[in-house]
Amino acid sequence: MLKQTPSQTVGPYFLYGLIPQPYGRRGVADNRLASPELPGEHIRIEGQVLDGEGNPIVDALIEVWQADAEGHYPAEAADGQPRHFAGFGRADSSAGGLYGFETVKPGGVAEGQAPHVNVIVYARGMLSHAFTRIYFSDEAQANAADPVLALVPEERRNTLIAQRAELPGRTVYRFDIRLQGEGETVFFDA
Amino acid sequence: MPENIGTRPPIATVPAIMGKPTVPNDLTKPSGNANPGGGNAFSPRDWTQHPPYDHGPYRSTALRSPRQPLIPIKQALSNLTAPAFGDGSIDALDHDLTRNAVVNAAPLGERIIVTGRVLDEDGRPVRRSLVEIWQANAAGRYVHKVDQHDAPLDPNFFGAGRCLTDDDGRYRFVTIKPGAYPWRNHHNAWRPAHIHFSLFGHSFESRLVTQMYFPGDPLLPLDPIYNCTPDESARQRMISTFSIDRTEPEWALGYEFDIVLRGRNATPMEA
Ligand SMILES: [Fe+2]
Repeated sequence: MLKQTPSQTVGPYFLYGLIPQPYGRRGVADNRLASPELPGEHIRIEGQVLDGEGNPIVDALIEVWQADAEGHYPAEAADGQPRHFAGFGRADSSAGGLYGFETVKPGGVAEGQAPHVNVIVYARGMLSHAFTRIYFSDEAQANAADPVLALVPEERRNTLIAQRAELPGRTVYRFDIRLQGEGETVFFDA
Repeated sequence: MPENIGTRPPIATVPAIMGKPTVPNDLTKPSGNANPGGGNAFSPRDWTQHPPYDHGPYRSTALRSPRQPLIPIKQALSNLTAPAFGDGSIDALDHDLTRNAVVNAAPLGERIIVTGRVLDEDGRPVRRSLVEIWQANAAGRYVHKVDQHDAPLDPNFFGAGRCLTDDDGRYRFVTIKPGAYPWRNHHNAWRPAHIHFSLFGHSFESRLVTQMYFPGDPLLPLDPIYNCTPDESARQRMISTFSIDRTEPEWALGYEFDIVLRGRNATPMEA
C-alpha cells in the first residue's frame, strides 16, 4: 500500500489558478452550474464564510458537486462541450466572505437520501479541506428520513439546512459556513 | 522551530440513540466513468498523513479550524462520483507555463520540467484525471491581485497551468522554478519554493490540494506549513526529486513528483 500524499493549504492566491476567469483566462468551472434551459427549479445558493470570531473569510474556495433535478450526476462534467449542466462548481469568497452558485435544485440521488449538494471548503489557514453538505429547508420530510442527517446530533443539523427565501423573480437559499465557534457547521469525515 | 504537534481531528462516534440507519448497499448512481467498478468503497482519509486543522505554528489555523468532531459518513452513503474532465477542458499550451502567457519574450528564471504519476493507494494509475497547478514566478511573486510582495511581476509569466494524466497516470508540466516569498506568519517568515497542486481522482472525496517542494531547500525545516503533518515520511513525500532522466539536455532540469490519492477498498468497509 502506498501512503496518501498529505494535504496542504490552498493558500491565499488560488483564484488565478483554479478560477482564472476574472484574469481573462479560461477555467474548468465557475459558479454557474446550470444553463437557463436546464429542466428543474433554478435557484441561487449563497452565504458567507465565517471564522471563529464571526468575521468574514475573504479567501475561501467553495467547491460543489450535485445531481440535476432528476437526481443524476453528470457523467462527463466540464469536457469543454456546451452542456446544460456541469454538476461541479467553484466559487470564491473575496466579496466580503460571500459566495454564491447559480444552479438547479437537485433531486434525491437515491432512495432515502434527501436532495443535497456536496461541498468542499478550502481556505488559507486550512491545512486540510473540509466536507459538508447543503440540504434544503423546504424538504423537511425528506430531511427527516435522510440517513446522513441522521448521523448528525439533532441540535447541529440546522447548520446543514439552507434556508429558502423567495425574492422578486428568483429563489435564494442561504447557507452560511462557520468554520469554528458558535453554530460551527457540521463537517464530515467523508 | 515549529513543533510537529499534529493530531488527527476528532472523529465523532455515531450516537447510540440514532441506531443503525437501514439503507441499501449502493445508494449512489455512479457516473459513466467516475466509478467503473460500481459500488466500491473508498478508503478513508489517512489522518496519520494529513495535517490536522489546528496547527499552532501556522497562525491562520487558529480561527479557521473546526473544533467539533468530524461526523463519519458510512461508505454506503458516500458520494462515489466525481466530475470528469476531458480533452476539451485543456488547451494545447495549458501544460507549458513558459509559453501559455508569453507577450513578447520567454519568462525569466530557471526553466524546469515537473512530471510524475497520480496513483491510488494500491499503486494503480489515476487515468485521464485533471491536474491543476499554480505558483509564484522566479522572483517569488504571484499574479494574484492581493499579492503585494515587493518583487517584480513577469509580464510573460502567468503561473498557472493544467493537464490530464495519461493512461499511465502521468502528468507533465514545463514551468519556471518558483522563488521563495515572505508571508508574515512570524518574524522573518519565508515560504520555501513550492508549486500548488490540485487533484481529483476517482471520487469527489478523493479531491486533494497539496504543495510540491524542491529537494535541499534550506527553508523547509523552518516552514510551519510544510511541517504541519506529524509524520516525517509524509513530509518527505511532498518533496520532488531531481531526476537526470527527466532532465532534457540543453533545455531544462527535471523534477519527479508522484501523488497518491485515496484508493478503492478491496473489501468495502462495514456499511
Ligand atoms: Fe504559495
